[in-house]
Amino acid sequence: MIELNVILILMIIASVVAMEIEDLLSSVIALGAVGMGLTLEFLLLRAPDLAITQLVVEILSLIILIRATVDVDIEHKKIKTHPAYLLFAVLFVAVFLWFSIAALRELPVFGKPVMKMGAQYLAEGVKKTSATNIVAAIILDFRGYDTLGEATILFTAVIGVLSVLRKIGRKK
Amino acid sequence: MSEAKGMSLIVKRITKITVSLIFLFGVYIVLHGHLTPGGGFAGGVIIALSFIHLVLAFGKEAALEKLNETRISIIESLGGLMFLGIGLLGLLGGYFFLNVIPKGRPFDLFSSGIIVLCNLAIFLKVGAGLFSIFIALSIMRMPLDSEKEKK
Repeated sequence: MIELNVILILMIIASVVAMEIEDLLSSVIALGAVGMGLTLEFLLLRAPDLAITQLVVEILSLIILIRATVDVDIEHKKIKTHPAYLLFAVLFVAVFLWFSIAALRELPVFGKPVMKMGAQYLAEGVKKTSATNIVAAIILDFRGYDTLGEATILFTAVIGVLSVLRKIGRKK
Repeated sequence: MSEAKGMSLIVKRITKITVSLIFLFGVYIVLHGHLTPGGGFAGGVIIALSFIHLVLAFGKEAALEKLNETRISIIESLGGLMFLGIGLLGLLGGYFFLNVIPKGRPFDLFSSGIIVLCNLAIFLKVGAGLFSIFIALSIMRMPLDSEKEKK
């Protein structure tokens, strides 16, 4: 589990870099590092389905972000903040950590116990669907209705993007 | 296909070789979705990426020749309807999303009933949807470029 934590820390560092760095392209690349770290995490947790999906979606979003930012110069403005804001920020982080520690204590151990439904899917998945990829068996057979909802969300998102960016109605 | 559009000759030459391999890998990921890791979503994104590869190397026109906007929207709607249709097919046997098609043996390519068809439907939806978003974003850049030329 040590490599899992190392990658997690690297991802946190990369996301802080992405937030703080002034150059937009470097920020996008740091964002890519976070995504690739997540891919490795999925592989280490033995979830190759998620790793493949995360990898390809990460590449797609990186291409779109690089195309969008590569020749756009946004001036970086430094905003002077009152020292009291820092105090409030530290206070908020402390309260947040305190509550999250209390909440995380109550969680069950990672990956245990296997719930009743999960155990049944694992035991009878291959027999009932004869699909050897248990993930496909669950999302497309046992839980097909949920996947229909997910597909509807994607459809709505695409319609939303296309109607915002459509040619008709754009001012010359 | 004019030489001025897109990237340099080296990129175009390599793209001609790699783009079909990427496409083929996407098809493999989709068709083996019920046997190996992957599936409709990942395969759809890979195939969308292969078309984006074409857009980046050859410019927008060359890719849109192969797959224009009306065709993309038809394919995406077809994927959505196909998925819904598979769900309704289950009503023949009793309830929504029942696996009514014979399941075959495990590890066979033609096995596990509706899962293969669902993967195909999701692949059409995701591939066409993501590619159309990319096309919409790259069309949006056009006014910006023409403004620069005026200056």
